[in-house]
Amino acid sequence: MSKDISFRRGADLNLNGKAEKKINENSKPNSFAIQPNDFFSLFPKLIVREGEEVSKGSPIFYDKKNSSINFVSPVSGIVSKIIRVAKRKIESIIIENDGDRELSHNIPENLNRDNIIELLTASGCWPFIRQRPYNIIANPKDTPKIILISCFTSAPLDVDFDFVLKNNEDDFQSGINILNKLIDSQITLTVASSSDSFFKNIKNVDLVQVSGPHPSANPSVQIQKISPINMGEKVWIIRPEDVVNIGLFFKTGVYQAQRTVAIAGSSLKIPQYFKTKIGANIAPMIKIAGLRSKAQVRCINGDVLSGSITTKDGHIGFYNNLISVIPEGNKYRMFGWLPFVDNSIHSLSRTSFSWLFPKKEYDIDTNLNGEERAIVVTGEMEKVFPMDIYPMQLLKVCMTGNIEKMEAFGIYEVVPEDFALIDYANTSKIEAQEIISDAIELMIKEAG
Amino acid sequence: MNFLRKKLDEIKRPFTKGEKWEKFAPAINAFDTFLFVPNHTTQKGSHIRDAVDLKRTMVTVIIALLPALFYGIYNTGFQYYSQTGSDFTFLDAFMHGSLKIAPMIIVSYVVGLTIEFAFAIYRGHEVNEGYLVTGMLVPMIMPVDIPLWMVAVSVAFAVVIAKEAFGGTGMNILNPALTARAFAFFAYPTYMSGDKVWVSEASMIDGISGETILGSLAASQKVSYSMLDMFSGSIPGSIAETSTLWILVGAFILIVTGVGSWRIMTGGILGASLMGLLFNLWGANSLMSFSWINHLIVGGFAFGIVFMATDPVSAAQTQKGKWIYGILVGVFCIMIRVFNPAYPEGVMLAILLMNVFAPTIDHYVYNSNVVKRKKRWESAQIKTA
Repeated sequence: MSKDISFRRGADLNLNGKAEKKINENSKPNSFAIQPNDFFSLFPKLIVREGEEVSKGSPIFYDKKNSSINFVSPVSGIVSKIIRVAKRKIESIIIENDGDRELSHNIPENLNRDNIIELLTASGCWPFIRQRPYNIIANPKDTPKIILISCFTSAPLDVDFDFVLKNNEDDFQSGINILNKLIDSQITLTVASSSDSFFKNIKNVDLVQVSGPHPSANPSVQIQKISPINMGEKVWIIRPEDVVNIGLFFKTGVYQAQRTVAIAGSSLKIPQYFKTKIGANIAPMIKIAGLRSKAQVRCINGDVLSGSITTKDGHIGFYNNLISVIPEGNKYRMFGWLPFVDNSIHSLSRTSFSWLFPKKEYDIDTNLNGEERAIVVTGEMEKVFPMDIYPMQLLKVCMTGNIEKMEAFGIYEVVPEDFALIDYANTSKIEAQEIISDAIELMIKEAG
Repeated sequence: MNFLRKKLDEIKRPFTKGEKWEKFAPAINAFDTFLFVPNHTTQKGSHIRDAVDLKRTMVTVIIALLPALFYGIYNTGFQYYSQTGSDFTFLDAFMHGSLKIAPMIIVSYVVGLTIEFAFAIYRGHEVNEGYLVTGMLVPMIMPVDIPLWMVAVSVAFAVVIAKEAFGGTGMNILNPALTARAFAFFAYPTYMSGDKVWVSEASMIDGISGETILGSLAASQKVSYSMLDMFSGSIPGSIAETSTLWILVGAFILIVTGVGSWRIMTGGILGASLMGLLFNLWGANSLMSFSWINHLIVGGFAFGIVFMATDPVSAAQTQKGKWIYGILVGVFCIMIRVFNPAYPEGVMLAILLMNVFAPTIDHYVYNSNVVKRKKRWESAQIKTA
């Protein structure tokens, strides 16, 4: 028997530029990157130097706080560049693809919890597993109360995991079987209740069907309905394609970095899917998809609401199946602030006529559509935030840095991406995700 | 448009970072962003943003105020001409009202915006749009014959003491426009109450009976207006408060656009009706036996509950809180009207009182969430123990 949960609050943004459902395997990127910034609050300790030869699966750096966790190369090649920014912080390690060297691990016949964890950490698969609270890499010494895999997406332009993983059903199942040994109970799988997903046939899982608008696919909102996180508790989350990678690793003994990304957005001629590897250079894919015009575009690692900025020559992030490409909005609009003017710009507020056309696909750019102001309007944040938390109050206590109050108002249950729609919708242009991200950093520092 | 944009960029150059007038940038930016939505793009957080901003929200409120304002202008002339008994056309009445009210609006905006700009420059932040609404509201809730300097002093008091002293837009406890009125009410009572202030030039001409309905009731006099007069608004009163009909049009705009809280408005009407009904049953004096429906359509109740109580900054901020806050505004409004003959109109004091209590209401709503989370944690501790 599957459990059903549904959300009423939230918003689906219908944007132009959804990826065509065909997978292109010919992008052939030859540069790959590992970007420590993909891992929240991580301090990398570098193992390789520039010019060194690495195999697929050989360690590049490890986590200073937990030296057993390796971060490995997705391909065989040469470390061509280590890019550092201010204070010698490592921004990315670039590997030029070359040869087919592989680092192979022995997979024993009888797998138990301890040797699974050992293999996962040594092989570079462990970073696939993240913990809530905080959205940081899980600690191998913890036992989570549940492991949750959200097998659908709700963010604008985001991928369809059913389509992405349609040929990997067996690998997904074997990944699940391995992961099941990490906890006493079963893995929790969430799927969209409307879909006819193959995930519904996966065995040895607790299936939960979810319905409702974005952010219904965010693990945080699902966890709060399924098994809310109390102070001191841990929940682990894994992305579906990484379950496949874990399954493949235990089949082959070699670290697998399969990544199927959608290159989507209104700036592209033919938005489509590409099958490649984690950290791949996006330039060849954007070239194949084609830019509509010469106008300035913004490439985003992730969805348009919570992704991070990258360049046309950037690399796919570690936890990411989507590259969004949308026009930059650095232009003026005369009297654009008048109500019911410029209705072609999407708005959740009814001070624009755009709410009358929910089916329309909107072209959207990066203009702030106003300036930051004091918080005045109330109730609009709650409308797009389907959790049993008062978002505005939580933001306010986060701004004051009062740890006790942050705990009381639910900081353990949220991550920045849950506030992405609040960023989008709020009248005062408050940077809600940044406030939450700073607050979580403070929590890690002060409360651990 | 391009030409204008270039010209503006040229004018703005001395105000940019590192130039000599950098300090005054908020002032010039306020004018610039009035003409153009700036070309700022998202730098962090969500890469895309909703088309709504504070300017749009505030202007929507002003649009909602216009029907009541225009009727108020007309009614000012209508009251004057019909009381003096002379013949007049619609245009005459409207002109008379305009000549009286336009200067008040100008004074309110000039004084208020000057202070707002000064504080923005002093604090180094952009000018917030909140005063666009406050500046319109202040003259709309004053008696028509109040001297302009009193409008100026009240506005200055409200902006400095009720708003900027608390940190500016978004931080104030009390509704600034109502604070301006309360200031004038207590500082210049002879200009703010009685039977000579509600009709234009009434103090100059003998024989005008310019008493408001609530004033008459408080003085145990008979009310000669019909219910239709009260609803349509052809009665004496503060400039824009009289016409429930046109205020309802504004309420419709606020509710459809989602800018004004329907919860507060509905709560207010519920609270006032309930209180009015109770007093009707009691019926000890003429104010108590004044029908509860009439209580909703006379005086400033309709204007107050639609435009003043719904100010999102000074009202309760949670959904539950908004209901409680709205209901209590209604209850206190009628209670003050009936019990305190010194204040025939209670809505101003009721809203200000509830402004003060709104954070407390919210505190208890928030606290229930905090307690729920704590209980969940405690039961989890017991389970694992």
